[in-house]
Amino acid sequence: MEGVALLTVFVLAAFTGYEVISKVSSILHTPLMSGSNAISGIILVGAIIVAGQAESPLALGLALFAVVLGAINTVGGFVVTDRMLHMFRGRRDRGEEPST
Amino acid sequence: MTGSWTALAYLVAAVCFIVALKGLSSPRTARPGNLVGVTGATIAVLVVFLSERPDNVPYILAALVVGGAVGAFSARRVAMTAMPQMVGIFNGVGGGAGALVALLELGRGDGAQWPGLAVAAFTVFIGAVTFSGSTLTFVKLQELMTGRPLTFPGGRPVFIGVVAANVALGTWITLGGALWVAIVLAALSLAAGLLLVLPVGGADVPVVIALLNAFSGITVAASGYVLGNSLLIVAGTLVGASGMLLSRLMAKAMGRSLANIMFGAFAGPSTLGATTATDRPVRSAGPEDIAILLGYARKVIVAPGYGLAVAQGQHALRDLAEVLDGRGIEVAYAIHPVAGRMPGHMNVLLAEADVPYDQLKEMDLVNPEFKTADVTLVVGANDVVNPAARSAPGSPIYGMPILAADASRSIVFLKRSLRPGFAGIDNELLHDPKTTLLFGDAKDSLTKLVAAVKAL
Repeated sequence: MEGVALLTVFVLAAFTGYEVISKVSSILHTPLMSGSNAISGIILVGAIIVAGQAESPLALGLALFAVVLGAINTVGGFVVTDRMLHMFRGRRDRGEEPST
Repeated sequence: MTGSWTALAYLVAAVCFIVALKGLSSPRTARPGNLVGVTGATIAVLVVFLSERPDNVPYILAALVVGGAVGAFSARRVAMTAMPQMVGIFNGVGGGAGALVALLELGRGDGAQWPGLAVAAFTVFIGAVTFSGSTLTFVKLQELMTGRPLTFPGGRPVFIGVVAANVALGTWITLGGALWVAIVLAALSLAAGLLLVLPVGGADVPVVIALLNAFSGITVAASGYVLGNSLLIVAGTLVGASGMLLSRLMAKAMGRSLANIMFGAFAGPSTLGATTATDRPVRSAGPEDIAILLGYARKVIVAPGYGLAVAQGQHALRDLAEVLDGRGIEVAYAIHPVAGRMPGHMNVLLAEADVPYDQLKEMDLVNPEFKTADVTLVVGANDVVNPAARSAPGSPIYGMPILAADASRSIVFLKRSLRPGFAGIDNELLHDPKTTLLFGDAKDSLTKLVAAVKAL
């Protein structure tokens, strides 16, 4: 993709992101941060691309380090988010009647 | 895989990420949403192998396995109280990976146009700032160094000088500078990240984590531009928007501007007031008296603070709430946005103790309810119920929105001592005639209260 098309994607994503995030429940702001950690870990894709094109051992080493960092970020982010979200249970989920 | 199939698959992955974030609008849909996010990431990684046909596949797979194992292991082991450090370090690794990717793209020097070069230089800068800033935040939160703001004479000019030098180096790269210029840029950007976080005090760290979260997203989006990859742009932009929104929210909850938090310590006097205990009279009572107050109330609102988690009292608090609930008393938790060490932290700590999320109420929703509450129980919190935020223009917390605990019929503080809170300011509410104090460790006091209410 070329410059202006990429810029278009960026601007549209910014507005979408703002709309979606502003509707996130404030109870879940910590999982939002860890979940967005996981999403930004998708830099992993970029790291794999540069590792796949690396020609010198130094470039390969650095790129592989970036792959490791990206994988930590993605896998760790999703796992810890799942762990947290598992703890959020309402009264109904525990077989109690919610009080009004 | 052909180009258009690849683009299509990336689009699917991007939609998965948006759905994952959308799921977080309710605790009921959040967990399935997160799994959709996992699917998106899996698709993206598979597609990059199929479409790019990279060399060095065995090495890449090994790196994936190592990183994945480290990530999964630490994510399973981390304590919920340590979540701010965890998110902090995750911000850092994301930023670091982005900076490396951009640096390597610059190193290949395959005749990119000037916009690409400029964005690559920016990616190296913001990624490296995120990496070093987050690492330092981690060190501060882990208490490997003091949480106090660290300043030195001329700190501000030095910071501005470093940033200016980075801009100059970035311009040089854009005009076709050699690789070593980019390496110097990376090194100076690391220094800028340290200078950015050093002067920030421990109480303000939640804002910094949110801001670095935004930076890590911006890094990923910018590296997406460098690589011409739309998925990275979408994913990074979503994270950037999330981080910016949360930073602004946290700054608002502290009644300060983002700029004041980031650069306040440079400017002069920090937010530290008196740290000595006062000798003004307060009324204290034993657990039995407080139990009567609670046990015959119709509505109790709990205002928890981080002190509760420090004392590991969440489970005892939940027990107390259940005992009261069993007596037909309405119980709710009033959660101030800065009650924990990061946005939403207190909710996670209470959810871990099995508090149902329908009892967790955010400040704006719960504030009108205080005037119908018979008792407000303040546990491990102080500044977030301090009326000085409304009435004392000279106070460091003046302007911070607070929980309207003073509107309830009576207030009970569980406190270890009369020492002032995090911001180090006396709390007028402690001396209010409606207020009763129960001295002692929060967990201890709560356990005694449970027994005393049961004995009623």
